[in-house]
Parts: sequence; structure tokens; C-alpha cells
Amino acid sequence: MKAFDYASPGTVAEAVRLVGERPGAGFIAGGTDLLNLMKDGARAHDRIVDINALPLADVVQANGVIRIGALARMADVATHPAVRRALPVVSQALLASASPQVRNMAAIGGNLLQRTRCGYFRDAGSPCNKRVPGSGCPAIDGQNRGHAVLGGSDDCIAVHPSDFAVALLALDAVVVTRGPSGSRRIPIGDFHLLPGTTPDRENVLAHGELIVAVEVPVTPMAAKSAYLKLRDRTTFEFAVVAVAAALDLRGPVVRDVRLTFGGIATKPWRSPEAEAALRGKAITDATLAAAGRALVSGAVARQQNAFKVDLVQRALAGHLRELGGVR
Amino acid sequence: MTVDAEYKRRTVLKAGGAAAVTAALTAASTPTAEAAADTSTVDITLKVNGQEHRLSVEPRVTLLDALRERLDLTGTKKGCDRGECGACTVLVDNRRIKSCLTLAVMRQNHAITTIEGLAAGDKMHPLQSAFIRHDAFQCGGCTPGQIMSGVACIEEGHTGSADEIREWMSGNLCRCACYANIVTAVQDAAKELGR
Repeated sequence: MKAFDYASPGTVAEAVRLVGERPGAGFIAGGTDLLNLMKDGARAHDRIVDINALPLADVVQANGVIRIGALARMADVATHPAVRRALPVVSQALLASASPQVRNMAAIGGNLLQRTRCGYFRDAGSPCNKRVPGSGCPAIDGQNRGHAVLGGSDDCIAVHPSDFAVALLALDAVVVTRGPSGSRRIPIGDFHLLPGTTPDRENVLAHGELIVAVEVPVTPMAAKSAYLKLRDRTTFEFAVVAVAAALDLRGPVVRDVRLTFGGIATKPWRSPEAEAALRGKAITDATLAAAGRALVSGAVARQQNAFKVDLVQRALAGHLRELGGVR
Repeated sequence: MTVDAEYKRRTVLKAGGAAAVTAALTAASTPTAEAAADTSTVDITLKVNGQEHRLSVEPRVTLLDALRERLDLTGTKKGCDRGECGACTVLVDNRRIKSCLTLAVMRQNHAITTIEGLAAGDKMHPLQSAFIRHDAFQCGGCTPGQIMSGVACIEEGHTGSADEIREWMSGNLCRCACYANIVTAVQDAAKELGR
């Protein structure tokens, strides 16, 4: 790890200034991803601004939203009574992430900013368009079993690793930020970027812009939501395929549904096409199959990850049957 | 056979490491960008096992390295140094964390507990005794981390069943695969502690 200056400011304004004024500066909260990246040489900063002294750790329910401070730890959000009751998919996604120790450390703002687990990205000795723009993508014709079948480009097919972000996307969450040019509210669906020709840019944050909170609307549909995560081992592992669903059933008919996916795409993935295939219809083998086909209609499989195209359709069908109580 | 305390394994390793560092520094006589960066240290106070330690560290020093290399608390092990194995688990304000994934400078004003601080004088913590009773280790490399994690697991109330213990101990890997005995030891200590 390269050497850096360290600061621990007491206000958001000061933290934003300390990072904004120096191109090589970065924020640290939990540090659970950042320090690994810096040890591996996948990232370097000449100044680290520790934001843990900032008053951003509260989880508060008011005015129809649950506002989760950016410094709230994964463990605390997952077990918060209001989150468990009103946003089960968020609680489940967090508890299916990482390990108990990491959940005690990692802050939810940083969770949205964690970098891909693509082995080529993490290995400073490999080419990687995300780490060194223009250097190439060995995953396209290489070890790509864990890579994306949706949202990829010729430059990058790395999967976004966050379970939490997939859950938030199913619930229309909003990311609240403070930056050098003021505050803004970013719908979670607009927060992460497709790789395109600039895979090094993963989100819309400007340099020095800090996530201060995530707001999640409390709705009847959010209360009927759930997360399914399929992994290579039972626990402490990233998703091969994950499905977040929120459901509004009227009798047997789907009045509304949200379907978002992890493990298969370059960013947290929502499928309006799969949702449309179910809206106004009953949950049956035929409608589930149609939703699955709609989800993967644009999928591009590589040598080792074609199984995900099939697996995600079956995961979607099984998960919606379970959530809808349809056997 | 008696072993001279002067020649503990660790003393030898340290001496060898120092020689290697000297050689490397001599070879690298040209200043590099990395060497030219500001490597100034900061004075910090760490409260470990109830005792305050003042030390001067570079900000990039992890809590794990500060405990082992500066405070000589080598019970906390360095396994993967990437948060994947759990050998470096310690408690900070009674919550278990991986000490390789945090900076020492970030952990001032917090109560840190390592494996060395678990026993009450000569009396081992019930989980330490349970590990011995149930033969819950072979090589011992992961054991301090397993025990620190297990203490927190019991405190959190995640010992309702063997499956629950397995899930909540999943952040600690054991390459000798003593998992069955570790689960039994945690279960037994939890019972003894009234959980």
C-alpha cells in the first residue's frame, strides 16, 4: 500500500473540501473494500479522509421513507426493526452479504461504491479497461464464469457485486449526496453506469462528492419483498445469480411487481420487460416463462457463463412463486 | 529438552526480516515516486485489553500490523490480509471485526480486545476451555480468530442451532477443517454462558 496523508474531519463540508481539493484524495468509511484495493495496487490515494466522525450513521423512519445514513453499518441496517418490517428485501440482501465481521465494519454508502470482484480488475499485473483504460479486457475470452450476461460491452463484462444495491433498485431508493457543488438526490437506477467505452466510470459521483444517505420509500409493495441469492457455497460468497422482487398481488393477479437482479449484469439490473410480462396476469408457469424470456432477451453469453442465462430464469420463477405463495 | 527463550521462532523470523529489509533499502538507492511520497507518521493511542499504548505509525498501517508488529500482541494472526479468512478477528467496542481491513489510526478512542485479553487472569474464557475440551483445532493458525469470533457469536445470540452457528461463524476459515469440533465448542460454551 502506498503512503498517504490522513485526516479525520468533523463536518461533512470539511470532508468534502479535503477530498475535492486534491485529485488523489479519497474517502474511507468501513474500509473493507478500499484497503484491499490499495493493498493490491488496484487503487492508490495520496490522501485518505476518514469520515467515521461524521454524524451520518442514523436510520430514521419519517414522512413515508426510511432514511439510512451513509455510515450505518450493514449489520445495523439489516437488523433494524423498521428495515426488517418495511423493507425485508433490504434486510435479507444485507444478511446474505459478506461475513459477520465485515457487516459490522462496512458502511452502506461504501457498499454502493464497492468495486467488482473480477479477478483481472483486482490483479494489478493484468490488463483491465476498468483499472487502466485502454489496456484491454482479458475476461472477454478468458476466465468469465463469474461475469455478466447483461449490460456488458466490448471493453468490460465485470459484474457489479453489491446485493444491497440490487435490493434498493427494487424499491425505488434515492441516493443523497453532498459535493463541492452542493447537494443532490440521485435515483438509484441512475446512480450506477453501464461500462460502455468507459468502464472505469462506475457511477455518476463527481470527485469529492460524498454519499450522505440512502432514502427508501415505505410502500405496501416494499413490505412484500424478498431476496434470493444463489452462490457457489452456502454463505460468505458473492452471487452467481440473485433476484430481488417486490410484489403487489390482488387475488391471483399481479397488480404490480419489481424485479431486479445481481450476479448477471454489469450494474444492478432492473428488467421492466420481465415486470411487464407479469403485470395484470396471474403467476403461472406460462407467465413466469414469458417473464424469464423477456429478462434474457438481450443476454450475451460468453464461453463459461452461458449457464447463467438459464439459471436466472429458473431463479426468477422459483422466487416469485415463493413470494406470491403460488405452488 | 529446554528451549532458550532468546531463540523463539518469532525472534529468528524478525531478525531475518530485518536483514532482508536492509538489503532491499541498499539496493533501492534511487528515490522512487513511492519513496518520495509523504511518509510522515502520526501519534496515536490504542486502548488494547484495557491498557493504553502510545505509538507513532504511518497512516497506512493496519490495526492488525500495529497489534502484531508494534505492540507485540502476536496472538492475533495474519492469514490472508484481505478479510477473507478471519484469522485477524478482534473485538472493537465488543463487536467483532477483521483487523486487517481497518487502519490503526481509525481505531483510536475505541476499546480493542484481542485473544490476549480474553482470559480473566489465569482463568481462561469458557470458549477457550471449550476449544481445548473439544479438540477444536489442529495447527492453531485460525484459532485466535475463531475464538474471538465465537465469543461475539455467543454474545450476539447466534447459537440457537448448529446451522445457525455455522452461518454466523462463516467469516472464519479453518484449513485443517476442524469445523465440526469448533461448532460443538461454541455450542458448549454458549450453554455454559447461559445463552
